[in-house]
Amino acid sequence: MIEVDLARSSVRTLNERLHHLTPRANELHWRVLNPAGAHNIAVGITQRVDVEIKGHVGYYCAGMNAAATVVVDGHAGTGLAENIMSGLVRVRGNASQSAAASGRGGFVVIEGSAGARCGISMKGVAIVVGGSVGHMSAFMGQAGTLIVCGEAGQDLGDSLYEAEIFVAGTVASLGADCIEKEMTQDAVEHVAALLDRAGITANANRFRHYGSARRLYNFHIDHAREY
Amino acid sequence: MCGIVGLFFKRGLAVPSLGRLLARMLSQMAERGPDSTGFALYGDAAPQGTFKATLHSPHAEYDWAAFEAELSATFPSAYPARYYGSQAIYTIGADRWQFFSWLTCHHPELVTFGFGERIEVFKDVGLPDAVAKRFGLEHRSGTHALGHTRMATESAVTTEHSHPFSTGLDLCLVHNGSLSNHNWVRQSLRREGIRFVTDNDTEVAAGYLTWRLGQGMSLKEALEAALTELDGFYTFAVGTKDGFAILRDPIACKPAVLAETEDWVAMATEYRAIATLPNASTAEIWEPRPATVYSWERH
Repeated sequence: MIEVDLARSSVRTLNERLHHLTPRANELHWRVLNPAGAHNIAVGITQRVDVEIKGHVGYYCAGMNAAATVVVDGHAGTGLAENIMSGLVRVRGNASQSAAASGRGGFVVIEGSAGARCGISMKGVAIVVGGSVGHMSAFMGQAGTLIVCGEAGQDLGDSLYEAEIFVAGTVASLGADCIEKEMTQDAVEHVAALLDRAGITANANRFRHYGSARRLYNFHIDHAREY
Repeated sequence: MCGIVGLFFKRGLAVPSLGRLLARMLSQMAERGPDSTGFALYGDAAPQGTFKATLHSPHAEYDWAAFEAELSATFPSAYPARYYGSQAIYTIGADRWQFFSWLTCHHPELVTFGFGERIEVFKDVGLPDAVAKRFGLEHRSGTHALGHTRMATESAVTTEHSHPFSTGLDLCLVHNGSLSNHNWVRQSLRREGIRFVTDNDTEVAAGYLTWRLGQGMSLKEALEAALTELDGFYTFAVGTKDGFAILRDPIACKPAVLAETEDWVAMATEYRAIATLPNASTAEIWEPRPATVYSWERH
């Protein structure tokens, strides 16, 4: 276990050490102490390592993550795991706005609640939120899955492309082109599998399914004569 | 950008460490607002029948001694002043409108940054550590305080355009964001008798709250009314003689974090400012919801 105390060392030094790891590196387990809300902690890791951060982090924690497992034992600021490619990012507390923004792959687990625009422009990431999400979550989502065990704020799934959304609680309102869809048995199993992987206990049968009505982004035949 | 911070002790006497704690919080917000820094402190109450006024001179070499002599001759009940370079705090035992009429006629070169029973407002161009040192923030006590680091978007980088803005008795406001209908609202408020010193959008928000409070609204009601009448992006932190409030616009683009312990409530644009406070690690921490007023009163 390698311990890095951010009260004594800078985020830049930590990140440089993480970036210089090679696939055969022995330094597989890292613990980061005293993050004190600093930004950009553990961004851009490309190796299969475990990083545990003890405390609250600032913006863009674990951004662009590939392969690594990053666990925040606290709350996270704006842009947690933005553009995540693969691996796992877990927050034991709450996450601020734009969590998992533009995530292309991987798995993001927020055990508490997430702020506004959770999963904005998601492109393949799977997100499980133990609590609720704020307004405009999954805005312009293109692919991937957002599971919300609590409630969702206004304009859920606005301008959605193909991402799938599952919410157990109340949805304040659906955004443009987002509609409720059938909760098929396949969908229940998909939700149950992701909840199980996330280690969050919830009944997959209680979730409702939301997705794109596919009216916004397609060329519409009624407009053919406009061109 | 811009960074805002607030610290509110929920009960008890003035806290000697208030200034030191606020300086630490402001220092963390330097990158968010390197143009100017300001803060409002709610310290000891002015004696019965008097009020405090924070005055600012745009001239660094201003002859405050001559001004004080003239002031004492006109208002014999004025208390000895405290001087902080370009700013001075006077405690005046006179009707405040009588005082401000006199000030406007005889010293139009001076700008009033704040007035009331407890408020003192300091602001200047520069980074937070330098401005805090300039005004001796470390040594100031009080019950609550607001601070701001500014990255200018709507108006010039001058001391006068810095936050906080105070347009009414013990009321002050700091703002992260920009208002889009401030010219129209300013025009309407001028007709209602609210005075503005600058063309800054935040000053309009402060003036709006002053107007609404003057109509008898509570701070919470005034902020709820602001939701429909002020258009733009904002996170506001508001201080009154005994109160503290936070409001984010309905879209909530501008970040904000709140933290509360048994003793204090803190607000900051980013958590790293709150992390500098004692017991921050055990505080309840959350992100204020959009279009929701959070307010606290000292009892």
